[in-house]
Amino acid sequence: MHLDHSHDTTTAVSADAARPDGTRRALRIGLGGPVGSGKTATVAALCRALRDTFSIAVVTNDIYTREDAEFLLRNAVLPPERIQAVETGACPHTAIRDDISANLEAVEDLEDAVGPLDLILVESGGDNLTATFSKGLVDAQVFVIDVAGGDDIPRKGGPGVTTADLLVVNKTDLAPYVGSDLGRMARDAQDQRGELPVAFTSLTSGEGVKPVADWVRARLAAWSA
Amino acid sequence: MDTTSTHGASPGAARAALLVLADGRFPAGGHAHSGGAEAAVKAGRIREATDLAAFCRGRLHTSGLTSAALAAAAAAGADPLALDEAADARTPSPALRATARKLGRQLMRAARAAWPCDALDALAAARPRGAHQPVVLGVTARAAGLGPEDAAHCVAYESVGGPATAVVRLLGLDPFEATAVLARLAPELDQVARRAAEAGRRALTEGPGTLPAASAPLLDITAQAHAAWPVRLFAS
Amino acid sequence: MTALAPAGVEATARITAVPDGLGGTRLPVLESDGPLALRRTRGAGAYARVTVVGAMSAPLGGDRLAIEAGVRDGAALTVDSAAATVALPGRGGRPARYDVRLTAGAGACLRWLPEPLISARGSDLRMTTRVELAACARLVLREEQVLGRYGEETGTLTTRLTVHRAGRPLLDQELAYGPGAPGGWDGAAVLGGNRAAGQLLVVRPEFEHSPPETALLGDNGVLTPLAGPAVLVTAVAADALGLRRVLDRALRTFG
Repeated sequence: MHLDHSHDTTTAVSADAARPDGTRRALRIGLGGPVGSGKTATVAALCRALRDTFSIAVVTNDIYTREDAEFLLRNAVLPPERIQAVETGACPHTAIRDDISANLEAVEDLEDAVGPLDLILVESGGDNLTATFSKGLVDAQVFVIDVAGGDDIPRKGGPGVTTADLLVVNKTDLAPYVGSDLGRMARDAQDQRGELPVAFTSLTSGEGVKPVADWVRARLAAWSA
Repeated sequence: MDTTSTHGASPGAARAALLVLADGRFPAGGHAHSGGAEAAVKAGRIREATDLAAFCRGRLHTSGLTSAALAAAAAAGADPLALDEAADARTPSPALRATARKLGRQLMRAARAAWPCDALDALAAARPRGAHQPVVLGVTARAAGLGPEDAAHCVAYESVGGPATAVVRLLGLDPFEATAVLARLAPELDQVARRAAEAGRRALTEGPGTLPAASAPLLDITAQAHAAWPVRLFAS
Repeated sequence: MTALAPAGVEATARITAVPDGLGGTRLPVLESDGPLALRRTRGAGAYARVTVVGAMSAPLGGDRLAIEAGVRDGAALTVDSAAATVALPGRGGRPARYDVRLTAGAGACLRWLPEPLISARGSDLRMTTRVELAACARLVLREEQVLGRYGEETGTLTTRLTVHRAGRPLLDQELAYGPGAPGGWDGAAVLGGNRAAGQLLVVRPEFEHSPPETALLGDNGVLTPLAGPAVLVTAVAADALGLRRVLDRALRTFG
């Protein structure tokens, strides 16, 4: 409804695709998933893979610290001014879905501070299988699970597994050790997700994030087309 | 979509709009803030429901009253920029000034989507980094067809609702007990809101200097320490 | 000027400080009144110094006391007191008022450093301090509230400190403690069981460009830059001595 009124806005409301000055704003991609599935490692790997081609920034939503932001800073995947931590009052799913105001502020502040960006990765704190991003905050979302969390997670479904624009099954190198059946995970995921893509990754190898990075590149190409 | 309907209502006549604005789910960022309760819990000053009650009562009659009066004055139509300056003078802690402006900016975003109007646009343009939250709330209340009492009630309730919710998360306090604390404070909330509304109306003619300035030393002191913690659940 | 009606004492003491033309300050007005006796004492440097001597225990319930001090352009004044001010109950059980009105002109310096205000059991005092500063005036102001004499319950005490600089609000704070105050004053948000609270305000024009940084002073004190060119120390403590220790730390830095 904000599109219908005639008032000039000094800040964009929600997911308006344009900046206040009319130029197309950065593509925003959310990364969610359970605790320990490798969201922060995926964000770090994506930054390394894409930072030479695109202007990137990251917003983290930690549960009770700036730990994820600190991890990214320590590993120097991006300069510090390109990383912002949002405090979530112990409820990351609230900050990425129900009350996105702090995240929108962080996103705008980043564009103000470091100039026009191509891509902003919004990382959720580890939460449960129902945590998804608001469409008012991100343009696409990635849900990261791992084989060690149990190979029945795709079968169980849930909004993250079922509706995310990309499902990432991480830590495939561990599958033999934890008794997870990758083939079964792929079949279950397809049953739940239909045509929506699934990427299997192992971030222990240098090129491990490639399927996710390729998917992001395709989204970026579509966004700026 | 017709967005003019709220503007036709006479101030104070709306009621459902107050429920929308005062709803804890109103997306204005409040969920990430404990109103000083996290610091009080860590210091051992809040351990159980009776401590929470004393904390909330003290906050209500100090920063709660002060904020409610600022909101009431804004809802009554006083100059929001003069009120913003009065709010600065009433907030000696830089951490709390930053929090108030951050929450003001977040509220502004939700308010302009919910009740778009020139007054909100003008305030957003004058304070792009955020005006003090109670001032934004008062202007929002006015845009929603609400009056000074409504704005004062909303802010007074927020001043205790936030800490109560936070303590449930921090201490695992029984949520029924926490809600009972709030329910027992209701008569005092009404009293504070009435006082704030009267002061807010008076400020229209006598200026913001006449508004209450009730303050709480421990809230001011601990807010700064809390802002420097490396690990915390809440932003303030 | 003093009126000894059954209603209580009404008294206003006045000080005016002006430059003496020799790099110092003289006091063309130094008026004691009722319980507020003023003595010129030995100052330091350009500062003239006035000490408020408690000629009798005051304020009592029903009293209306006031001190007005004006520091004119370029003058420098220190005001302190010989002993703590003790608020005591009056016979009628009515509240007492104590109003301090301070002004400092261009280039003027005012140091307002009285001893603590002690709220004795059964007393009810409403105190206001209003300060009007020119844009380039300097101020050091200390206020200490002590709730009850040693081992005693507190009376009711409300104070309001309002400071304007160049006509704009710089600081406005109201405190209310004791049996007549709104609820929660002794709880975890306000005093947390402490019995002494205090403020030290330092206003300097140069803070506009280089404001001091926030500093924690132990667990129960903090030094914070205000929105204007000033810093405020806020502290609470179990007793007057503990409070003074915290405020003195800051006074040594900024005094």
